[in-house]
Amino acid sequence: MGLKDLQNLAYLLAAVLFILDLKWMSHPRTAVRGNYAGALGMAVAVGATLFGQDMIWKYIVIGAVVGTVIGILMATRVKMTAMPEMVGLLNGFGGGASVLVAGAALVMAQQALAAGSPFGMQERIATVASAIIGSVTFFGSYVAFGKLAEFLAVKWKLKPWQSAVKYGFAGVTALGGLGYALGATFSGAGLPEGAAPLVWGTFVSLAVVGGLLLLKKDRFPGMNALKWLAAAASVALGVLLVLDPQNGALFWLLTGVAAILGVVLTVSIGGADMPVAIALLNSYSGLAGAATGFVINNNVLIVAGSLVGASGIILTQIMCKAMNRSLVNVLFGTMGPTSETPDADEVYRTVKATSPEEIAMTLDGAQRVIFVPGYGMAVAQAQHAVQTLANLLEQRGSQVEFAIHPVAGRMPGHMNVLLAEANVAYEKLREMDDVNAEMEQVDVAIVVGANDVVNPVALTDPKSPIAGMPIIDVSRARNVIMIKRSLSPGFAGIPNPLFAAANCQMFFSDGKKAINDIIQAVKESA
Amino acid sequence: MGTFVAALTVFVLAVFIGFEVISKVPSTLHTPLMSGSNAISGITIVGSLILAGMENTPTIVYVLAGVAVAFATINVVGGFVVTHRMLGMFRKKR
Repeated sequence: MGLKDLQNLAYLLAAVLFILDLKWMSHPRTAVRGNYAGALGMAVAVGATLFGQDMIWKYIVIGAVVGTVIGILMATRVKMTAMPEMVGLLNGFGGGASVLVAGAALVMAQQALAAGSPFGMQERIATVASAIIGSVTFFGSYVAFGKLAEFLAVKWKLKPWQSAVKYGFAGVTALGGLGYALGATFSGAGLPEGAAPLVWGTFVSLAVVGGLLLLKKDRFPGMNALKWLAAAASVALGVLLVLDPQNGALFWLLTGVAAILGVVLTVSIGGADMPVAIALLNSYSGLAGAATGFVINNNVLIVAGSLVGASGIILTQIMCKAMNRSLVNVLFGTMGPTSETPDADEVYRTVKATSPEEIAMTLDGAQRVIFVPGYGMAVAQAQHAVQTLANLLEQRGSQVEFAIHPVAGRMPGHMNVLLAEANVAYEKLREMDDVNAEMEQVDVAIVVGANDVVNPVALTDPKSPIAGMPIIDVSRARNVIMIKRSLSPGFAGIPNPLFAAANCQMFFSDGKKAINDIIQAVKESA
Repeated sequence: MGTFVAALTVFVLAVFIGFEVISKVPSTLHTPLMSGSNAISGITIVGSLILAGMENTPTIVYVLAGVAVAFATINVVGGFVVTHRMLGMFRKKR
C-alpha cells in the first residue's frame, strides 16, 4: 500500500466522521460529541493532505495562522443574538475559498495543458461551477451579513464601523477589478489575443458590484431583469470557458458576473425571509466545496460538500414551508400589503393598552403560560429577562413553556439558541404544531416581539399575503399579552386583528424593559 | 470518463446520506446544525493546502491559494468553535 492509498483511507475516515457529526446533531445530548467528530474529521483530512506529499510550508503557515486567529476571535466574541450574521459570514469565506482554489487550479491546469497534458471535461466544468457558485456564495453572504447588521440597502445614518465596512468592501471590490485590469493589460501576463475586452469587462462587472453595494434601498427598477441577465451571462461565459480553458481572463470575468448575480439575488431578501437566504447560502457553500472536489478529483471534498449542500437544501425547504411560500417567490417575489389589505386604523379601533399591574393580575393563578418569542426578543436582548419571569411564574405554580415558530428570528433555530443561552431547559421548547393542539388549555400566551407568526389572518383571509402560512394560533388561548413597541406592522406589512381581539392586551414597551416591569409587578402583587 | 462516473457516484450517494441524516435533526438544533455543517463545508481547505504547498508554481497560484487557506481556515475554525459554544448552552441544565 503506497502513501497515496494511505492518504485516501484517511480521507475516507474524515468523510465517515463528517457523517457521524451530522448524525449526532440530532439530539442535544450527542451534539457536542458530533461537533468533536466533525473537527476531528477535519484534522484528519488536513493532516493527510499535509503529510501525504512534499510541501512548501511558507504560504500555508501564513494563511493558516491568519485564518485561525480571525476565526477564533470571531467565534468567541460574537453575541448569540448576532448568530445569523456570523453564519452568513462563515458561508461567505467558504464560498470565497472555493473560487480562489478553482482559480489557482485553473492556472496549474493551463500550465499542464501547455506542456501537453490533457485537461479533462470534468475538471473544466467543475472549475466553472466552482467559480459561479463560489462567487455567488461569497458576495451573497456578504450582502446577507450587511443586511442583518443593518448597513446595506438602508437609508439611515451608519455607525463608523458600518460605514468603514460598507465603503471599504465596495471600494476594494471595484479597485481590485481595476488593479486586475491594469495589471493584465500592461504585463500581458499570458493572456491570449483579444482578451482586453474580457479584462475590462471584469473591471466593469466588479465596479457594478461595488455600486450595487452602495444602494440605499433593496429594490430598484429592472432588478429581476438584472437577475436573469446575470444568470444567463454566467452560464454563457461558463460554456465559453469550458470550450477555451486557456483563456484565464474568461474565468475572472465569469467570477465578476456571478458576483453581480450573488448581490442581486440576496439584496432584495429581507426580514422574515432571511432564514431562507441564510439556509440557501449554506447549501451553496457546500455545493461550491463539492464542485471544487470535482476540480481536483478529491472524494473528501465531494462527500463533505454534498452533505452540507443537502443540509442547506432541507433547511431551505423547511423554512419555505413554514411561510407557505415557494423558493422562487422568496427569490423573485415581493412581500407586502395589497389593495385588499384592510385599513390599520379600522382594524385597531378596539385595541386595549395595558399596564404591568394588569398583566400581573392576569398571570395570577394562571395554570399554563406560554411564551412566544420573535425577532423583537433578540433585538431587545430580552431572553434572560424572559427566563427570569418564567422561573418566577413556575415558583408560583404555573406550568411555563415556550412555543417556537420555525421562522421566528433571522435564521433557522435562532430563538432556540437565545433561550438556551438564557438557561431555558431544552424540554420546555415546544414546536408549533404541538402547542397549537393544546392552545385551548393555555391560560396566558405572552408574545414577545413577534407579529406575523401569530397573525390569525393567515388562517382566515385567503387573500392576505400570508394566507396559508402556519402560525402559532395564540388567539385561541384564554388571554394573550402582546409585548410590542407600537402597532407597526411586521415584515408582511399587514395589520394584525389579534391586537384588537377581546382576549388580547397590548403592552407597548421595549421587550426587555416590559418583561422586567412585569417581573416587578408580579413580585409586588404576591 | 471513468473517474468522473466514480466521483459522480460518490456525490449522489453522499447527497442521499445528507438528506437522511439531516431530516432527523430537530428544529431546536437548526442553528448549531448550520454553523457545524458550515464548518464542514470549509473542507475546501484541503484543496487550498494542496495548491499552496506545490513546488515550482507561478506566484499567482501561491497568492490565490494562500488567501484561500486563510479563508477556509476562518470557515473551519470559526465554525467548529462557535458551534461548540452554542452546544454548550444547550447542554447545561439548571
